[in-house]
Amino acid sequence: MSGRGRLWLALAAAVVVVALAAVFAPGGRGGDTPDERVRDIASGLRCPVCQNLSVADSPSRLAGEMRSEIESQLEAGRTPDEVRAFFVERYGEWVLLAPTREGLNLLPWLVPVVGVVLGVGLWVYLLRRRPAREELA
Amino acid sequence: MRTEVPERPDVPDGAGRPRRPSWRTLALVLVPLAAFALLLAASLGRDPRALPSELVGDPAPAFALPNLEGGGIVDLEALRGQVVVVNFWASWCLECRDEHPALDAAWSRYRERGVVFVGVLFEDTIDDALAFAGEFATDWPLVDDPGSRTAIAYGVFGVPETFVIGPDGSVTAKRVGPVDYTWLTAEIDEALRAAEAA
Repeated sequence: MSGRGRLWLALAAAVVVVALAAVFAPGGRGGDTPDERVRDIASGLRCPVCQNLSVADSPSRLAGEMRSEIESQLEAGRTPDEVRAFFVERYGEWVLLAPTREGLNLLPWLVPVVGVVLGVGLWVYLLRRRPAREELA
Repeated sequence: MRTEVPERPDVPDGAGRPRRPSWRTLALVLVPLAAFALLLAASLGRDPRALPSELVGDPAPAFALPNLEGGGIVDLEALRGQVVVVNFWASWCLECRDEHPALDAAWSRYRERGVVFVGVLFEDTIDDALAFAGEFATDWPLVDDPGSRTAIAYGVFGVPETFVIGPDGSVTAKRVGPVDYTWLTAEIDEALRAAEAA
């Protein structure tokens, strides 16, 4: 393999690593103050009485009450995952703004990575073919 | 007999007449496009307002809520062994007006058989709720839900929503939107049958 090809391959590998890291990095910044912890959970929950607003962003009364519910559950010592599970049990997966990362749900995360890999692969392939063409011309 | 196919002169890519896209190139474009179109078609066919009924089959979340008119509470735990219809409603909710006659008719028919109706107020003021109840002469227990904690526990999206709870304390049916008499009586009958069989 030529030096250039290796360079492209290294670049492609770097892109893949960064993309995978972005996909599997733990979500949520997990603030320290109680307000931040509530906001962290609420921003991942869909407000039931709104169109595409999170529980954190919605000014509706029900969203406010859901934030209080999150707060009191956290105060009672539940973990953020347990609180999220509470809402999923009642409202279904629907309530999560991002689907859980398992099974077929992984598709939205994996398709871009696969796309990048295929794209970079195609790019490298075409780049490597070009010098041959130039020699012919 | 073999036919001689004249060999095409070797034309380098990109030279001479424009190259016709090969099947491979075409497939490279069309296959992802088709996959995307299929995905889109499948997703767009779904009704975003069709909501899942998560609780059906699960134990009904417990509640003990104060009567709207003051004095006493309604405790779901105390109603174990009976069929309970929990109806989330509000005075500002037009569909709650629409469904009231159906609830009323079912209540009259089943109250003697030990079926309990509970109207849980959702996002409303007690004054407005009492005015509504007076207007319709609602005579099943109506309770307040401070902080909507019970509504959230039941995964209520909006009003009206109605849950039928079996004698074993599990949710047997859920209806989003106004109930009609046929649905309600069929579900109550089924819960009662389950109770007799048990």
